[in-house]
Amino acid sequence: MSIQIMLTASLIALGIAVLIAFVRAALGPTAFDRALAVNSIGTIAVLAICVHGYWAGRPEFLDIALLYALINFIGTIAVLKFFRFGTLGDHLSSEHAIGHPSEDDQKSEKK
Amino acid sequence: MDILNLIITIIGGTSLALGSLAVIFGALGLLRLSDVYQRMHGAGILDTGGAGLILFGLLLLSPDWTVSVRIVLIGFLLVFTSPTATHAIARAASMAGIKPILAPKPRKNKEESE
Repeated sequence: MSIQIMLTASLIALGIAVLIAFVRAALGPTAFDRALAVNSIGTIAVLAICVHGYWAGRPEFLDIALLYALINFIGTIAVLKFFRFGTLGDHLSSEHAIGHPSEDDQKSEKK
Repeated sequence: MDILNLIITIIGGTSLALGSLAVIFGALGLLRLSDVYQRMHGAGILDTGGAGLILFGLLLLSPDWTVSVRIVLIGFLLVFTSPTATHAIARAASMAGIKPILAPKPRKNKEESE
């Protein structure tokens, strides 16, 4: 019984941490702050799914947590690649990248 | 045998509590630090301390060996992927030209007094 109380407290703490990380994802001045906060929210979500599986007495939720951990990593890498190159696929050039001043902008700044 | 179960349950619950504290402190660091590279420190606390302690506690509390295998798999996956993701974010931020906040240079008065 007491371990049920402990699991409930852990779930509440994980929820508070998700809220705090969400504030950072909403405030974040650069895109990389948002990517970092979303990655942390994904990690917390994996932990919360595990704890919820124990809390509900249904450990089948651990399979979902495993999948969520995989998708979280691949999603973060895909979002970073999109920031860097502006596309995910065929034309890999850094022209449309967020945070990268393109060559035309630099030339116009010099003028 | 009963006492052994009790000890294992107590250690698992304590590990869960410490892991929850580490997750909250990591999220606070993510909110309050003042730079991308400093915020990665909070994310690192969350990824290693929080996830490691909570998964260790759940591993001690697991009712069955198949559950234990899944917990260990999730732990391995998080240990391998989250530093890689954090490193990718740091490298992308560095290549985008974001400079880290450095400590101010020491004044000349200090050098004279030394």
